[in-house]
Amino acid sequence: MTMPQAKPREDDLVIVRQSVTHDSASLHVQGAATYVDDIREPSGTLHLAPGLSPVARGRLLGLDLSGVRAAPGVVAVLCASDVPGKNDVAPAFADDPLFADGEVIFHGQVVFAVVAQTRDAARRAARLAQFDIAADEPAITIEAAAQRGQTVLPDFDFGRGDVQEALGCAPHRLSGRLAIGGQEHFYLEGQVALAIPGEAGDMLVHASTQDPSEVQHIVARVLGCPDAFVTVETRRMGGGFGGKESQASQTAALAALAAHVTGRPCKLRLDRDDDFVITGKRHDFRADWSVGFEADGRLTAYDVQLDANCGCSADLSTGVVDRAMFHAANAYYVPAVAVRSRRLRSDTVSNTAFRGFGGPQGMLAIERVMDAIAHETGRDPLDVRKVNLLAPGRDRTPYGMVVEETDTLPALIEELERSSDYRARRAEIAAHNATAPIIRRGLALTPVQFGISFTLVHMNQAGALVHVYQDGSIHLNHGGTEMGQGLFTKVAQVVAEEFGVPLDFVRITATNTAKVPNTSPTAASAGADLNGMAARIAAGAIRQRMAEVAAAMWAIAPDAVRFRDGRVFGGNESISFRDLARRSREMRVQLSEAGFYKTPHLDWNRATKTGRPFLYFAYGASCCEVAIDTLTGESKVLRADILHDVGRSLNPAIDIGQIEGGFVQGMGWLTSEELVHDAKGRLLTHAPSTYKIPVAADVPRDFRVRLFDNANREDTIHRSKAVGEPPLMLGISVFNAIIDALHGLAPGVHVPLDAPATPERILFSAEALRAAHKGEGC
Amino acid sequence: MADLPHSVDVRASIRFRFRGRDIELGDFAPRMTLLDWLRIERGASGTKEGCNEGDCGACTVVLVRRAQGAPNFTPVNACILLLGQIDGAELVTIEDLSSAPGALHPVQDSMVTHHGAQCGFCTPGIVMSLFAQHESKPQTLDADAVCDQLAGNLCRCTGYRPIIEAALAAHVVPPQGRWPGTEAMHAGDMLIGDDDQFFAAPASIPSLAALYAAHPDATLVAGATDVGLWLTKNLQDIRKIIWLGRVAGLDAIEAHADGLHIGAGVTLAALAPHLGALHPDLGEVMRRFGSTQVRSSGTIGGNLANGSPIGDLAPCLIALGAQLVLQKGDVLRHLPLEDFFLAYRKQDRLPGEFVHSVIMPPLAAEQAFRAYKVSKRIDEDISSVLAAFCFDVAQGRIGRARIAFGGMAGTPARARNAEGFAVGIRLQDESTWASALSALAFDFQPLSDQRASAAYRALVARNLLTKALIELRGESPATTRIAPPREP
Repeated sequence: MTMPQAKPREDDLVIVRQSVTHDSASLHVQGAATYVDDIREPSGTLHLAPGLSPVARGRLLGLDLSGVRAAPGVVAVLCASDVPGKNDVAPAFADDPLFADGEVIFHGQVVFAVVAQTRDAARRAARLAQFDIAADEPAITIEAAAQRGQTVLPDFDFGRGDVQEALGCAPHRLSGRLAIGGQEHFYLEGQVALAIPGEAGDMLVHASTQDPSEVQHIVARVLGCPDAFVTVETRRMGGGFGGKESQASQTAALAALAAHVTGRPCKLRLDRDDDFVITGKRHDFRADWSVGFEADGRLTAYDVQLDANCGCSADLSTGVVDRAMFHAANAYYVPAVAVRSRRLRSDTVSNTAFRGFGGPQGMLAIERVMDAIAHETGRDPLDVRKVNLLAPGRDRTPYGMVVEETDTLPALIEELERSSDYRARRAEIAAHNATAPIIRRGLALTPVQFGISFTLVHMNQAGALVHVYQDGSIHLNHGGTEMGQGLFTKVAQVVAEEFGVPLDFVRITATNTAKVPNTSPTAASAGADLNGMAARIAAGAIRQRMAEVAAAMWAIAPDAVRFRDGRVFGGNESISFRDLARRSREMRVQLSEAGFYKTPHLDWNRATKTGRPFLYFAYGASCCEVAIDTLTGESKVLRADILHDVGRSLNPAIDIGQIEGGFVQGMGWLTSEELVHDAKGRLLTHAPSTYKIPVAADVPRDFRVRLFDNANREDTIHRSKAVGEPPLMLGISVFNAIIDALHGLAPGVHVPLDAPATPERILFSAEALRAAHKGEGC
Repeated sequence: MADLPHSVDVRASIRFRFRGRDIELGDFAPRMTLLDWLRIERGASGTKEGCNEGDCGACTVVLVRRAQGAPNFTPVNACILLLGQIDGAELVTIEDLSSAPGALHPVQDSMVTHHGAQCGFCTPGIVMSLFAQHESKPQTLDADAVCDQLAGNLCRCTGYRPIIEAALAAHVVPPQGRWPGTEAMHAGDMLIGDDDQFFAAPASIPSLAALYAAHPDATLVAGATDVGLWLTKNLQDIRKIIWLGRVAGLDAIEAHADGLHIGAGVTLAALAPHLGALHPDLGEVMRRFGSTQVRSSGTIGGNLANGSPIGDLAPCLIALGAQLVLQKGDVLRHLPLEDFFLAYRKQDRLPGEFVHSVIMPPLAAEQAFRAYKVSKRIDEDISSVLAAFCFDVAQGRIGRARIAFGGMAGTPARARNAEGFAVGIRLQDESTWASALSALAFDFQPLSDQRASAAYRALVARNLLTKALIELRGESPATTRIAPPREP
């Protein structure tokens, strides 16, 4: 039994907890927010276009660029031999060439780049290259990759107990395979960078990236100069979702290389179709599972092989597949468990970070298994889920970490079950389906338990830089990046709270590697946790010094000084924050501070498979109702009820925005978003005309989203919880609801359905179930 | 100057209203897009490029033209609209909406207070789409209407809920009425360029016929919703463009005894209510056709002449028995629409011949019609399969049948075998359906592509015929469809 936690005292926060609007909202709606392509180009700016491999796998025997060089407006053409430093933009394993060199490893790989007077001229010239490539047979699908058996990284596994033995002894046993599709980020702003050369080798790069430090490092690596020569600045991105973590490096490196070679400012903004082809996506997976369980659905053993299609290189696949493994049991306790993984190499673009970072794939598999158990036992799928939730004494994850907060999720599920009217609707849907042969409905309530922290422990650090100027205005800078998630707003709220000043005292500034160095990417949902803490530490240090100035002035103790409403109080005295700032400067007090934070308690050791990878877990659950057309396979989400745990919210409106947006993105991943390659490895769905993310009408018209009141038990920034990634997995309930709708066609029969549940997959599943049902009836 | 024999004086510039001034431009490449002009030539960076193919809506701007004395607010995708196509319009972009610095339009204000923007990149386009709807003063506005308006605006961050709520909340604020629009300038032909390279906009059918006869190698452009992609994606160097948007008489819809005569230049937006009045399924097909922006620009003539194997309009019109009217010089030629489509992307159109109009017969009392669009995503998606059925039904028995499909072959096509076997079907006796259903397999050997497999298409085609028969037998669409057509 874990100790019941005392409810934290009602806090007296004034600015934190408020639903203030996004700091750029007014600029956004006026088209006045500046993205990289909107920066007024310095005079003489040149433009790049990449030249792409027309072959997925082969040896580059020759490359005739004479037509490219002769094209109108062309200033330079760059390829591997023009790289002064290393021809590598990989985040870790030196296996992502900036330009193909000797061999090509996927269709659409950058082979050269054109630098021209205009973007149009560059794009036209890039199509004039003559390639001589000795093409080999590519492995494109995960099946082909598995058959070939090459991996980009070693296999990894963890678990507990003798799972084969436990499966053998299990009262009931099922097994199956689930194919899980990848996903294109489709950030609305494509990859873009503007590089401006300075004196003596300096390079300033405006990049749309979640990881300015990594871009800095890679630009320096490509140019062969020290990191200190390169400054990377990112004011905002038009969406990231993981797609601008490692994937922003190549675009920035190309622009910087061109600027280095030509001595002129150079910009690369990828055309949308090129962006689709050149940049990595969510990994597609294949999960082969066997499960043992009791008659009531209680798990006794789970054995899952997670095969990930990593594409042509390692990229971030260590962490992505690890996170799939960490989430392979979701919120459930499994006595005997084996989680095994392979990181398969295919001749496709290298797959990368995408909101959830593998977690969604691991979680989808076990949620699929939960339904299979329910169908086998005849129990309600929600009851099967509930009986398996982690609980005191049944609180150890497959990777050995003991979960202390086991009480939150059952309470959250109970509340959602009640507020969504799950049981009554379950009965109502059954009655509907009994008389509806064509349009069938389904319902599912699924939980999310998502581990928060980078699983690579050293990445859990952040820095912030805060200045108070003598007029009381505050300059805020930190290593986090703004991609729409509202991080800058939240951190500004934290800083304003710390100084007791109105939010508009705080000037938010662009992320810049010259201000805060050696940062981690804004990823793993950790942006506010890390940077909010670092900024609070910086602001708190300055406030303390200012308090000492006031205390000396009033002859009171510094801890008797209070900051609020733009004033500073002590005893019977008060002074405006602005005047105290001026006074502090006159007293020669430092009004600038670099804050630094590192997440405590983390000690995961991958080599020994022991320790604690996560500081805490974020919880949520969603209940979805769908309708499917069993003649066409079309589906529609009719209603979604969501209850989600963000700890104590820093900004409820922003958090609800993350939850809704994450849910819809997860829904898209599992329904209409389908990546299709042809046999030669060409991506056929390379634009929004063929790759279908949700539109407004796809969002359930009845959409009820609430925050679950639950202070974080860990000492996070104002007891909040991370919110970026976890809600994406709320979309899994859409997939399970579709399974539920299909299951009614042949009760007790395993529902064959892979993800995404496109109309085609739903229709063929319905056909198979109808055939099975008929077969049983005969 | 290129040959425009019928014109008296030929204008050598486009004219439009922008930022409160009348602009005249006579020097631009024919293929210049409106978005490139805004962002590169004018440095107006509020309008964003998201996809450069008219699918994401980040580049949405609004054209205001006066019609019947009132401004008409038309959202368009600037990325695939040719600069020349804004001739005669008032161009409104995101920078124009605030009446003073910080004085937001009600739609902008509502988007802020409802947290309708996260990354903000799609936001200018979304605001412009909502602005067009807001200034058009709909009597009522519900979530369905907002979603329809936004079908061509992708947002990857918010999940749309706050955007929909922002639009509904803004509706209570009156339109601002600061954009009077411009009167159409039909008089006089327009041609910018020379004999080798031009953007031309003839003002009459005779001018068009003469110019096209003189330049059969020119590209006819109606809405540019497909030609725009030839430019932005294929980087085609199209040097001679004849824009049809100013041809008087080409945009007329007239009722005649043999049906509606629909000019080739009628936009899909203008056509939609006429089709919806004919049958709710046609209204639904048009609601889902492209997006508001695409329907605003695209035309019936362009859609048919383009010859897409999956164009949604063609199978519907074929099932209805529509005739196509072509013109070359002074000569008009009529043919059944299905005969126009010869093979994949090959139409029965002679050099210099253009689509003049479509004659769409009315539905007779005994005719039962159904149309179904099946796509991976319900809104703003190209069909995997589109099926249209028109049956003569008497005493529960099918007499004549016209069945047409899109997505099942290299062209939109009739299912002749199934039509034959459909004759005599008794709706209440399912055993009489079987041969028509089986016959579809002889009508089509569909292809597999990124939208759907051949097997899926074949199965869905069959199932849609089943669905039509079930509905004609008396089942309500409420029990046969996940999204029944809405009341018009």
